[in-house]
Amino acid sequence: MKVIDCPHIGKRPMSEFVYGHEVREMPKPSEASDKEWADYVFSRDGAPGVKKEWWHHVPSGIWFVFERDTLTDKFIRLVDIAEVQYEL
Amino acid sequence: MPYRLLKYAFKNPEELGDPRYFDQPEKLKSSYDVVIIGGGGHGLACAYYLARDFGITNVAVLEQGYVGGGNTGRNTTIVRSNYLTPEGVKFYDESLKLYLDLSDDLDINLMYSTRGHFTLAHSDSAMRTSRWRAETNKHLGIDSEVVDRQFIKNEVPYLDLDCGGTHPIMGALYHGPGAVARHDAVAWGYGRAANVRGVEIHQKTQVTGIKTNDDGTKVVGVETNRGFVQAGKVISMVAGSSPRITSMVGLKTPIEIFPLQACVTEPVKPFMDTIIVSGSLHCYVSQSSRGEMVMGASADPQELHSTRSSFDFVEGLTDQMMDLLPFTGGLRLMRQWAGMCDMTPDFAPIMGKTPIDNFYLDGGWGTWGFKATPVSGKTMAYTVANDKVHDLIKPFGLDRFDTYKLVGEKGAASVGH
Ligand SMILES: Cc1cc2nc3c(=O)[nH]c(=O)nc-3n(C[C@H](O)[C@H](O)[C@H](O)COP(=O)(O)OP(=O)(O)OC[C@H]3O[C@@H](n4cnc5c(N)ncnc54)[C@H](O)[C@@H]3O)c2cc1C
Repeated sequence: MKVIDCPHIGKRPMSEFVYGHEVREMPKPSEASDKEWADYVFSRDGAPGVKKEWWHHVPSGIWFVFERDTLTDKFIRLVDIAEVQYEL
Repeated sequence: MPYRLLKYAFKNPEELGDPRYFDQPEKLKSSYDVVIIGGGGHGLACAYYLARDFGITNVAVLEQGYVGGGNTGRNTTIVRSNYLTPEGVKFYDESLKLYLDLSDDLDINLMYSTRGHFTLAHSDSAMRTSRWRAETNKHLGIDSEVVDRQFIKNEVPYLDLDCGGTHPIMGALYHGPGAVARHDAVAWGYGRAANVRGVEIHQKTQVTGIKTNDDGTKVVGVETNRGFVQAGKVISMVAGSSPRITSMVGLKTPIEIFPLQACVTEPVKPFMDTIIVSGSLHCYVSQSSRGEMVMGASADPQELHSTRSSFDFVEGLTDQMMDLLPFTGGLRLMRQWAGMCDMTPDFAPIMGKTPIDNFYLDGGWGTWGFKATPVSGKTMAYTVANDKVHDLIKPFGLDRFDTYKLVGEKGAASVGH
């Protein structure tokens, strides 16, 4: 069983989490062209690397952002939400 | 052991007459008309059809590991054409037809075995999807129908139709032509047939970069761990490594990599000749010609570029499998493994030309691309030889995402195969 070590809730089995994909910045819907919007909706950085990702801890209902290496599956650190915040 | 056999153990395989399936050329040429990245079924099939149908033989297939060591050698070998969209049905049916006489064509026994394929429905909504698929399939001339519990009981007597009482089976989509085949043989057969016609297959040759002209609009060659090779055209046929290759030319795609796992039990006497899939229970099973139960589930939940297999998978899968086929609880697992699946948002492949000249893409095969090996090789060869997208794969172009023209195959492809 794989365990995620989270500073807020301790060591929890990975099966308690739902993967929420990579954190990405949404372009302003009113300003983006159709092509830019399609790019946002569909294109992904599919190559391996260290990525910031959303993970939902289901029992507590909290969304976390973790940095994870998608080549090794190592969780590197919990990311402060302020780091990924942006103006809507 | 008889002496006659033993002496072979000390011989160099090359001296034995029928040594290898294909030559192992020592040197890469400095230039090829076509370079195919990836020596899986798709790459080798494409090389074969380029040589056979278009006389293009100055071709190199570059494989970073060994032939068929990617998803081609890791899949559960299900071949079927009962998809949901007309584009998908036509495409996969052409592939199924190519498979039917492929053993003759390639002069190798692919052990292609028509079994019949059940997609079980445990809910009203699953029955509705089954009906929808059956009607689309029949309209396009595919043998596909909705069957009731009694039919399933007669065909698969070992199945617990009530699944332990929790998920009673209401009916199924039945597809008579559903089949299994020997996956390695598909790669070897295409490889040998391409090699006989002059194609070079270079194993342990990894593409590490792709060279373009100065403004990046045209591909001119590939960097490899064995040096630079000039190429007239380059085709990426690397399944689970597709994003790594497209990032070399700065091409964005929706492809994301998720592992798909599978396992086999110890062999038992042949008792089940059908293929059973349950969408609701997220699992599927068939019996191999050796008697092993070949079992798989849905793809892993998070992106990962690795072929590690996990205990969580076995635990989840066997739990569901014992609801379907209770006696499997008494069997031991022999092997488990994983492949990296190149998933797309609409569960359809991404094939054809790209915005970069001389660079072609065949990827997004996710958990369903083994059955497409012949047709994708054939249509990609046509597309590359004529620089014109083959009609059958027009709906699968990368540009469909810019125009929101998705294919919508999820309902028929989401359980791993
Ligand atoms: C567990 C599992 C079960 C499946 N079950 C089914 C099924 O029942 N039915 C079905 O239709 N499909 C199934 N699939 C999907 C199917 O296996 C694949 O879609 C298909 O085999 C892809 O074939 P390919 O030739 O494109 O890729 P691969 O066979 O993966 O070949 C790609 C090759 O490219 C090589 N490569 C990668 N990067 C480089 C590089 N930089 N340089 C050189 N070479 C490189 C790799 O080593 C690899 O050998 C399953 C997949 C898995 C993992």
